[in-house]
Amino acid sequence: MLFLTGTKGEVGISDALLLSIIGFAVVFFALIALVVVIKIISASTARKQGAQTPAGAEAPAAASPSGGTAAAQPARDTSGMIPAQGSLGEIDLHTVDDQTAALLMAIVADDLKVPLNTLRFTSIREI
Amino acid sequence: MNIGEILQRLWTDSGFVRIFDHWENAVMVVIACVLLYLAIVKGFEPLLLMGIAFGMLLANLPLSGMMHMELFAGKSMAEISFSQVLHEGGLLDVLYLGVKLNIYPCLIFMGIGAMTDFGPMLARPSSMVLGAAAQLGVYCAFILAILVGFLGPEAASIGIIGGADGPTAIFLTSKLAPHLLGPIAIAAYSYMALIPLIQPPIMKAMTTNKERMTVMTQAKPVSKSTKIIFPIAVTIFCVLLLPDVAPLIGCFMLGNLFRESGVVERLSDTAQNALLNIVTIFLSTTVGATSVGYIAGEDGKNVGFLSVSTLLIIGLGLLAFSFSTAGGVLFGKIMYAVTGGKVNPLIGSAGVSAVPMAARVSQNVGSKYNPSNYLLMHAMGPNVAGVIGSAVAAGFLLSVGKALGWI
Repeated sequence: MLFLTGTKGEVGISDALLLSIIGFAVVFFALIALVVVIKIISASTARKQGAQTPAGAEAPAAASPSGGTAAAQPARDTSGMIPAQGSLGEIDLHTVDDQTAALLMAIVADDLKVPLNTLRFTSIREI
Repeated sequence: MNIGEILQRLWTDSGFVRIFDHWENAVMVVIACVLLYLAIVKGFEPLLLMGIAFGMLLANLPLSGMMHMELFAGKSMAEISFSQVLHEGGLLDVLYLGVKLNIYPCLIFMGIGAMTDFGPMLARPSSMVLGAAAQLGVYCAFILAILVGFLGPEAASIGIIGGADGPTAIFLTSKLAPHLLGPIAIAAYSYMALIPLIQPPIMKAMTTNKERMTVMTQAKPVSKSTKIIFPIAVTIFCVLLLPDVAPLIGCFMLGNLFRESGVVERLSDTAQNALLNIVTIFLSTTVGATSVGYIAGEDGKNVGFLSVSTLLIIGLGLLAFSFSTAGGVLFGKIMYAVTGGKVNPLIGSAGVSAVPMAARVSQNVGSKYNPSNYLLMHAMGPNVAGVIGSAVAAGFLLSVGKALGWI
């Protein structure tokens, strides 16, 4: 048995197989549990943000093309540029689709010879 | 004393006379030079490989006195005399204490945490499962190592090479099988550098053209609050699940919290630049210095780097990387089927840690079949999940090691 014969560091093949199955299951369990944790965190933060945002103040970006006032938009958007939908993280994409943005970020990282995740892009816009 | 005697003394005291006392050391000098060539000319993971290769060079030059592996070889932590190391050791001996005490791997993890953006993973949490599937190589290599005759703690240390995570491999090996630290670290970092060569053939063999061309849609945005809460939640959960992994996960998540909190920019900057660079120099040089060609064992036999064990470790390490890649791609295919073709299986291979090189490989292979396909950010999800996955795998093996009396 595993926990009786392993004291000298010798592990039989059946025990190794059993350990591997358990170990692999533990990794899956841990990461699946973290998926659940992320979903809970995301849901609770989204609910909190939803509660803090008045119904009429939603989607300022969507309102702006139809003549919304400048005051209703984020301070950065006073130039009249429209943030693209689906921007990920903290980056603001102005009239640039997400695929082009990904390409640009990859090119910049490659040119600088640094890993992409060490760079922080705050805004990409067409000039 | 005349000039002749002085010159003769100078010659007999020089390393030139001793260079061939042990042919193994001379071979290691050649290997070190080859690794330096790969790092400088070929650009193979130079940030790490250069330090490793130069440490190897210094340790194998006779009479340099910088590293004395006999102070550490075959000794447990309790048997190492720290005062002897400080009094009689060379520069690398003293710096090597940071490896033996597991200080460097944890500090490296802090720096990596500060550099890591969990955004892509948080935007598509399901991609985390790919980071788990890509730990397959850890356990396959563990079983294979047992089959070829390694002891349990040695097999566990060899298996963790499949996690494609250098600091984790060093962390686990220095606890379970410190005598194998040199070959395992060399294998882990060498294969990480060779990921662009190892992974693509496996990825292509396991996927169809249609699967490789799959375009993934933009993931949902991630709030700042989620990014801040995540490292705290992961630390609580993982450390409660596997307390042995606390140093690695704790430092990793602390670094990430520095980054995401936005209130300690200076600490974040230090962790991901100055601290990481300094520790990388110490770690790479001292790990390289453990690869001494000849070390006299208690029975007079060579217990140094050049042995059959090293060759086996290098072979098993390659298999571990391959199995991990295959595991990730295989699970990617399952996700492709389950989601009705919304997940490109190529991002599965990024589940091995090796951030961000494995994600770049997914991008490169995907763009060959569909030039307008941008998988990089999608692959970053499983990529950073792989870091957590390999740390959890290491924590499990460490717990098993304690339960079985390996340490």
